[in-house]
Amino acid sequence: MSLRVYVIAYLIFLYAPIALLPVFAFNDGTIIAFPLSGFTTQWFTELTQNAALHAAVRNSLVIAACTAVFATILGLCAARAGAMSDFRGKKGITGFIMLPLVLPEIIVAVSLLVVLRQVLGLSLGNWTIIMAHVLICTPFSIAILNGAFAALDPAMEEAALDLGESRWSAFRLVTLPLVMPGIVSSMLIAFTISLDEFIIAFFLTGANPTMPVYIWGLLRFPSSLPVIMALGTILVALSILLLTIAEIFRRRGVRRAGGTDTGGFL
Amino acid sequence: MARRTSLSPDQTRSITLLGVPFAYALLLLAVPLGAIILFSFWTQDFMTVDTTFTTANYREIWDSPIYGLLLQRSLMVSGIVTAVTVVLAYPVAYFISFHVKPSRKSLWLFLITIPFWTSYLIRVFLWKVILGYNGVINSGLLELGVITEPLTFILYNVNAVIITLAHAFAPFAILPIFVVLEKIDRSLLEASQDLGESKFSTFLRITLPLSMPGVVGAVLIVFIPTIGDYVTPELMGGAGGKLIANMIQTQFLQLNNAPLGAALAVVAMLCVTAISLIFVFLNRKYLRGRS
Repeated sequence: MSLRVYVIAYLIFLYAPIALLPVFAFNDGTIIAFPLSGFTTQWFTELTQNAALHAAVRNSLVIAACTAVFATILGLCAARAGAMSDFRGKKGITGFIMLPLVLPEIIVAVSLLVVLRQVLGLSLGNWTIIMAHVLICTPFSIAILNGAFAALDPAMEEAALDLGESRWSAFRLVTLPLVMPGIVSSMLIAFTISLDEFIIAFFLTGANPTMPVYIWGLLRFPSSLPVIMALGTILVALSILLLTIAEIFRRRGVRRAGGTDTGGFL
Repeated sequence: MARRTSLSPDQTRSITLLGVPFAYALLLLAVPLGAIILFSFWTQDFMTVDTTFTTANYREIWDSPIYGLLLQRSLMVSGIVTAVTVVLAYPVAYFISFHVKPSRKSLWLFLITIPFWTSYLIRVFLWKVILGYNGVINSGLLELGVITEPLTFILYNVNAVIITLAHAFAPFAILPIFVVLEKIDRSLLEASQDLGESKFSTFLRITLPLSMPGVVGAVLIVFIPTIGDYVTPELMGGAGGKLIANMIQTQFLQLNNAPLGAALAVVAMLCVTAISLIFVFLNRKYLRGRS
């Protein structure tokens, strides 16, 4: 019983910051503090008129979409290989690919910055952020797709091969549809991570800031804070929606492949 | 070297497939990491990089007290954040694994991961709103008459950084512990209680030791990345709460001294790796015998 009380208190701690977002997004006051003044939708109206923000959001959406596709392709390769025969060094190689999961993001950021700017002398742009985001999102994609492939019965693809399908068409016609929910889930997770990533984007961003980089700039100006609260409210609602879809697909994938559901995203 | 036996077609396919993400990681992770180590032995004067090999950057880090201080503070903050996060997370993981119906477990995990996926910057900023001078905690406590003037020790210092980071990394700590708890054979617990152990001593002697691999995993997955965070100390730390990542960022983006920043990054990584290895070594008896 006391454990239940503790867990509920913990959830309140977990959700406290997010719960405050809509409170201040609709608060008719420029200072983000109590007491509240009144109800307004003014901050949401201001959001729709901010051209610089729109450009940043568009930028982030492009980056996130590209990241989602590439990270999932790489994740698919690794997860597929993971479900196949072992060879010497497989564990080490997989471990290395998963390394960005625990590596401090600033290390990834500065090392890529050094190579791109100082060694290769390239100018930064969206593609540099995409490259880095694919690197850090791939481990998450692998983790999700591993789940999808692990729940898969290899006999199904073998049956297709025995019945005369080529290796590629067996994969495309049998395996791919079965892991498709995992693919969708992986793309959504990678999209969400990329959309929200700041530490790396701040180092590698070119002339056009991403949305988090733009928000970071706004945080210095107290007058723009209510607008950020409004933006945050929309973002939270959006990511909850995306994650719910991702979770539904992940579960459907596990069920479709005939496995039992054992866990969440990681 | 053992002689390589010829590969089966399935193994060859497996290698080719894994080769794609491996090549990517090699190109975008191994090469840059190598480059940054190399770079840390060079020097930079405004825009021109001098490629003569020198340990000047490392000597400067050793000699100037500021770097040592920041590094020490960073390791301390990461250590405390890790301890707080893991200790607070364990009961939650335990609750989900042992007290939640199997059909509802993924719903609970989902509930716990949601806050983690929402805008990091805004989440950190909101802690400022909660802990600030006119913040939720202060105005609440004033209203209740618990305090007569706002508390100031909870914002713009190391405490604020610790609270915010402990919040940010909560799911990272819960999930690895949960996964290991799930694997524990429940009949062992029954056996222990049948043999006369109390619930509590069963936990201490069976559940806790068996879940240690998850705890070690949680510690590493929280401790290592927290070193690299500069957002939280920048927003929450005030003047006395800056950490090594802030210094690395400043060297790279403001002071234009990338080699010194690279050397700082290398030193920070070495410290974190060394501490992690020591930690794993100390817990080796729990990790042994598991694949």
